[in-house]
Amino acid sequence: MSGAPGKAIAIGGSAGAVQALLKILPALPADYPYPVLIVVHVPPGRDNALVPLFQTRSRVAVKEAEDKEPALPGFVYFAPADYHLLAEADGTLSLSSEEPVNMSRPAIDVLFESAADAFGPRLTAIVLTGANHDGAEGLRAVVDAGGEAVVEDPADAYAPAMPEAALKACAGAARMSLEAIADHLLKLGAA
Amino acid sequence: MNSVVRDNIDDLEIRLLLEALFQRYHYDFRSYARASIKRRLIQARDQLGFASLSAMQESLLHEPATLGRLLGYLTVQVSEMFRDPAYFRALREKVVPHLRTYPSLKVWVAGCSHGEELYSLAILFREEGLEERTIFYATDINPAALKAAQAGVYPLDQIKKFTTNHQKSGGKSSLSDYYTADYGRAIFDKSLRSRVVFSDHSLVTDAVFGEMHLISCRNVLIYFDAGLQDRTIGLFRDSLARKGFLGLGSKESLRFSSHAGAFADFVREEKIYQRRDG
Repeated sequence: MSGAPGKAIAIGGSAGAVQALLKILPALPADYPYPVLIVVHVPPGRDNALVPLFQTRSRVAVKEAEDKEPALPGFVYFAPADYHLLAEADGTLSLSSEEPVNMSRPAIDVLFESAADAFGPRLTAIVLTGANHDGAEGLRAVVDAGGEAVVEDPADAYAPAMPEAALKACAGAARMSLEAIADHLLKLGAA
Repeated sequence: MNSVVRDNIDDLEIRLLLEALFQRYHYDFRSYARASIKRRLIQARDQLGFASLSAMQESLLHEPATLGRLLGYLTVQVSEMFRDPAYFRALREKVVPHLRTYPSLKVWVAGCSHGEELYSLAILFREEGLEERTIFYATDINPAALKAAQAGVYPLDQIKKFTTNHQKSGGKSSLSDYYTADYGRAIFDKSLRSRVVFSDHSLVTDAVFGEMHLISCRNVLIYFDAGLQDRTIGLFRDSLARKGFLGLGSKESLRFSSHAGAFADFVREEKIYQRRDG
């Protein structure tokens, strides 16, 4: 299968992730050159409150991911509640109602593993605050596929368990504060 | 071995295995959305104890028993009764009044899996007084899933969720009227399937299913790639009576389909469409 075009950013977070993302997404310019795919653990329910929340605070376009839509630069895609979000090798997105992974649907591991396959070395994956260990295995898959792994510094995280699990699974991951993560994404975008 | 080479081997093995599955058994997963099918194949490989996807393929070719075990992984079977209660409420409040105008009705639950959606519709139709004029067609490609749907037995620990969903859908009776509890299982009343025809049918390789008034197919299309989704939506169009209804999953839509013009939004937010005239 031919690779997807361009780079992509994948982000996963759980408890405290909304506050963390508020320090990252508003920093991105409207013409940010990569798609940003995000899984935040949210309880099942029809209305995704994350999308309107970040739409009003971001310059990049923010939307809920739709099945089979292309992942476009300048767009932030949130996984819908109660569905896994997956990246396809042709640069489109898929949803799935397969069983929860790590007791979560959406699960960060599912996004990261599929994005690692789809984007390989062109992926930067970021694990944020959370009180479980979702994302750790996925982050290892990202590193195995040649992608870049970034983890929120557990010392600063609202809930350190998830970043700690990610660092344990990926010793080589870069550990950064939220401010440093925002700067890093901007630098990637300017490169 | 570097990661790029290894990934290509994974992808090659997946293509070969899906081709073998088709050539040997005529189960066609070749146009399923790749990321999810890959996850499930790798899950099957690990849990069934094969060293590689190629080893699983060899077993599949020579041991028919492997087919049944693999199908359980390849077809997603997670559902609940009255999943997304607002969808069923919309059927009840918006679609049922139209269905009442027909003397007889045909309903197709495409990709019925273990039957949760089928029983939800059968209960809804009974509550609305439409059951006796309706024939339900429940189809799936997985014989084990069809068997489970015909049995209508669910773990009792799911019943609380099913009951809440049923109430939120505007249920006019108590869900407990329809099942008996026994050793941790809820056994649904067999009268609910007296109007049901269970059938092995593949949305990928089989043909039109004739003059339906309602097709409900929820969280099936998301497992297909864009081309197969489009083919399936064409199949649904051709299987619907004029003015017939199509209900999809809450995150599915006709937006990216070349057949979108054959349908009108009926209840947009619940992904209920109506086939246009002609």
